[in-house]
Amino acid sequence: MKQPGAPTDLMSAEGISALASGVLAGRKASVAKALNLVEDRRDGSRRAVGALLRLLREQSDGSSHRVGLTGPPGVGKSTLAAALARTLRERGRSVGVVAVDPSSVRSGGSLLGDRARMGFDPSDEKVFVRSLATGGEAGGLSWAAPAAAQVLAAAYEVVLLETTGVGQTETDVRYVADTVVLVVQPGSGDVLQFLKAGIMEIPDLLVVNKADTGVLAERATSDLRSALASAQSAGLGEAMPILATSATERRGLDELADALDAQRASATDLAAHRRRGEVAWTLQLFRRLHGRHGVETLGGDAALEAAIDEALDADAPPTICAHLSERYLATVGRRESPGAKATKETQP
Amino acid sequence: MPDRPWIMRTYAGHSTAAASNELYRSNLARGQTGLSVAFDLPTQTGYDADHALSRGEVGKVGVPISHIGDMRALFEGLPLEEMNTSMTINATAMWLLALYIALAEERGDDIAKLRGTVQNDIVKEYLSRGTYVFPPGPSIRLITDVIAFTTEKVPKWNPTNVCSYHLQEAGATPVQELAYALVTAIGVLDAAKARGDIPAERFPEVVGRISFFVNAGIRFVEEMCKLRAFTELWDRICRERYGVDDPKLRRFRYGIQVNSLGLTEQQPENNIIRIVLEMLAVTLSKDARARAVQLPAWNEALGLPRPWDQQWSLRAQQILAFETDLLENEDLFNGSTVVEAKTQKLIDEAWAEVERVLEKGGAVAAVESGYVKQALVESNAARLRRIEAGEQVVVGVNRYEEGVPSPLVADLDEAIMRVDPKVEQDQITALAKWRAERDQGAVDAALKALKETATGDANLMAASIACAKAGVTTGEWAGTLREVFGEYRAPTGVGGAQVSRSEGDTVKQVRAELEAVAEKLGRRPKMLVGKPGLDGHSNGAEQIALKARDVGFDVVYEGIRLTPEQIVASALEEGVHLIGLSVLSGSHLELVPDVLKRMDEAGLKDVPLVVGGIIPDADAARLREQGVARVYTPKHFALDTLMGELVELVAERAG
Ligand code: B12
Ligand SMILES: Nc1nc2c(ncn2[C@@H]2O[C@H](COP(=O)(O)OP(=O)(O)OP(=O)(O)O)[C@@H](O)[C@H]2O)c(=O)[nH]1
Ligand SMILES: [Mg+2]
Repeated sequence: MKQPGAPTDLMSAEGISALASGVLAGRKASVAKALNLVEDRRDGSRRAVGALLRLLREQSDGSSHRVGLTGPPGVGKSTLAAALARTLRERGRSVGVVAVDPSSVRSGGSLLGDRARMGFDPSDEKVFVRSLATGGEAGGLSWAAPAAAQVLAAAYEVVLLETTGVGQTETDVRYVADTVVLVVQPGSGDVLQFLKAGIMEIPDLLVVNKADTGVLAERATSDLRSALASAQSAGLGEAMPILATSATERRGLDELADALDAQRASATDLAAHRRRGEVAWTLQLFRRLHGRHGVETLGGDAALEAAIDEALDADAPPTICAHLSERYLATVGRRESPGAKATKETQP
Repeated sequence: MPDRPWIMRTYAGHSTAAASNELYRSNLARGQTGLSVAFDLPTQTGYDADHALSRGEVGKVGVPISHIGDMRALFEGLPLEEMNTSMTINATAMWLLALYIALAEERGDDIAKLRGTVQNDIVKEYLSRGTYVFPPGPSIRLITDVIAFTTEKVPKWNPTNVCSYHLQEAGATPVQELAYALVTAIGVLDAAKARGDIPAERFPEVVGRISFFVNAGIRFVEEMCKLRAFTELWDRICRERYGVDDPKLRRFRYGIQVNSLGLTEQQPENNIIRIVLEMLAVTLSKDARARAVQLPAWNEALGLPRPWDQQWSLRAQQILAFETDLLENEDLFNGSTVVEAKTQKLIDEAWAEVERVLEKGGAVAAVESGYVKQALVESNAARLRRIEAGEQVVVGVNRYEEGVPSPLVADLDEAIMRVDPKVEQDQITALAKWRAERDQGAVDAALKALKETATGDANLMAASIACAKAGVTTGEWAGTLREVFGEYRAPTGVGGAQVSRSEGDTVKQVRAELEAVAEKLGRRPKMLVGKPGLDGHSNGAEQIALKARDVGFDVVYEGIRLTPEQIVASALEEGVHLIGLSVLSGSHLELVPDVLKRMDEAGLKDVPLVVGGIIPDADAARLREQGVARVYTPKHFALDTLMGELVELVAERAG
């Protein structure tokens, strides 16, 4: 298999810089093209992505708010994302959405169903939705989702990142989002499960959606409050706002938008938070490609984190991961490119 | 004493109210005994002819009725008190019934004498038929408002006609057809009861007015047993759930249209034989005989039937009813152990599924969660796979394909009815004139009252009749209710659908080819499956989307009723490598070029566009000239091969 080498194989430096300007100006065609690039697994593209993300980071003010929406299948994440986006649009904010759906294990293909729940006005230049497939990736996100979120963050004021319907182990969204919203359903007991699994540290906000189901929702909200309070006193989980919404009847959305604004305003070290997330995500990416053996071979978690952190000044995570892969493969002496992973795992 | 023959209907309507009126008169003259009105898609979905979404659809698959003036023209010279009028109308059923009643009152008829049916079954719209508008809650309210009104004022009217016909057309097995129709009826009756304004002593009558519209497929013995199972299960529900003592009120009253999904584009002349066999299922047993029969035409898969095509099907009914000795006999199958055992098996299996759905909260909840839709999509996929694999024989399709060409289809493009595209502009012009000449003050007041009633919970019938009399249009009536109730998008059922396919070599090869393209492109080929316009035929799009996923495409499918603008915006944002449109309603010549033009404007010139559906050959050629890469019709039933071609198309463009 032939891999194109230099970034210029796919795109010139001028091309990349023109693309970055288009993204920063919020031009849909540019955003779409940048996302196509971000999803491209070829080595050459990944270098171009690195260059693009660097430009975007340098040239945007980082003021965009990246909000993760996560929660079990069918709780209404997509419907809520759409309703929230409408509320934000009414407040004059531009919104980019990344929605992740699972890929079929058998064929590697996917049915990207989240978009069907959204339905925005196609002539609105300030809202953009991109669906991504997990491509077999664990963690509730797609390989390309973090970079996609970075592209959208450069183009839109708020980025909503919807994970696949997750269980208790899919928590990648925390690496990418400034604020994580856990969406649950009234009376589902999901939160207790999450508490038990010890992952209630991750969300910043808890939303009980489908609050139109009346009494049940009210009770669910108050049950949650007390469950969280007692969990906290036992040292599990943290205090966090609990909101009730109805995505279908569009209730509770102003409160949700306000709560998100409050989170954003109170975030003090956002730059550092994002940096930690990028480091952790890069490491995660590398670990999923090469496993524990890969990490150990390159010196273990701490050493790799430090190396990644340093590299992030110049490069973006996909590029760094590619470099690390090269290093690893050179060390173990195999001639296999990590870019092959995606297509390989699904081949019959 | 011989049994009375069933009512013979032909589902008809097109172009304009006046043209349809003429058609009805000639059908009645030919011995048809009831009227069955087909409305065009804008009327069914509550849009006026001049709405953006109505483009290409006005007067095409049915008659456009925009206001009481159109209703007058439609029934000109037809005595309403003597007619039995069936109207296939659902989301806007209340409105069309209001227009009918307003017309009757205007003519001085006694509305208590009106007889007929509005289909008025929203559940199967969400599941199959696709002409829904409002969310489930308000939709059920509209249905029960109609029930409460007719019970009091138009007692001979069938206010709702629970449909299983459309479920089979979307792939339902006999068990699914039974179960989902019965839970629908339960859902409606429970809701009617819960209103509290229908006096308890009249409730058995309400139950007794529920009628059904069912399907009969080619496995006609099993289908006959299904009808017998329906009869028994409905009796059980009426007795046990609603305490109806009078056996007459527990009778399973049904009309039928025989299966159309199985009618083929290849050797279409064979279809008339299928139609006749299917008719046997619903006529042979006296104890479960249809009250009304409506048959499709031999050229079903080619396009709209011409008057002669419909007449041929009507003749089939007349020969069975009047030439044969069928009606002279008592039930032929009572005591047949084979029939009884088959019937019992269907009863048991269907009842288990009924209970499962009731446990999930009933029909509406199981629609909202996508449970039923997904089950149908899976059944349909299994059916198509059996045909493709040759396990289910379809003569002329996967067996006995060779033969002498039929003279009936010597000129395929002439073998169907074409609606003059001019009718759309005429209707728009007439509508503008109507709006200009009516008393706008009266219209505004009637709409204001409608809106106020909708916000509260009083019966909406009276306000709708007042709107009809004031000259309100279909789009205005539905638009006002859209403002109050909102608009719904039903689950597509494809997301979680699992298909157990025994995989042939073709699939494996297509997958390998797709992986090779993925490598070349750097990312997995992504396809958008789009349904432009008001067309609700989703089967093809669903199955293409599923199959595309199963050969390895990333697939975006957003469901029915999108504008070309929405489709192109999605294609751009999603970065797709291929766009596939599915159009079965006949509006392809209006909608497809519009999509092409917008793709150009959005810089998507290089993305190949393919189109599938009911596309006559001459139209397919025109579309290809305009830049469509490929056109598919029902004869391309081999999905694996079709997918191979799509992958090839993406590969070509990938260079
Ligand atoms: C099933 C059916 C229905 C079902 C639809 C259920 C559903 N959810 O899809 C029900 C009963 C609800 C229905 C209703 C109506 N129907 Co209808 N229906 C049919 C029928 C019998 C079969 C269509 C079908 O599903 N085939 C099975 C699927 C798998 O095949 P397919 O869609 O053709 O897809 C294949 C190819 O065409 C191609 N393809 C299709 N799309 C795509 C897309 C891509 C990307 C690709 C690559 C390929 C591709 O590949 C597929 C595989 O072979 C046809 C006649 C016929 N036999 O074809 C009439 C037919 C389409 N209906 C018709 C009409 C008029 C109606 C109504 C409008 C009637 C009315 N006035 O109310 C209603 C309303 C529907 C609406 N909302 O729009 C007409 C359309 C007339 C025209 N084009 O001029 C037809 C042709 C019947 C007729 N002769 O009158 N219908
Ligand atoms: N009653 C009610 N139903 C809702 C609400 N929000 C979403 N739903 C319904 O819940 C179902 C699932 O909604 P989605 O938005 O697809 O849920 P999701 O969490 O994105 O699902 P996945 O992406 O598949 O995990 C749909 O039928 C929605 O209409 C709500 O606030 N109230
Ligand atoms: Mg979703």
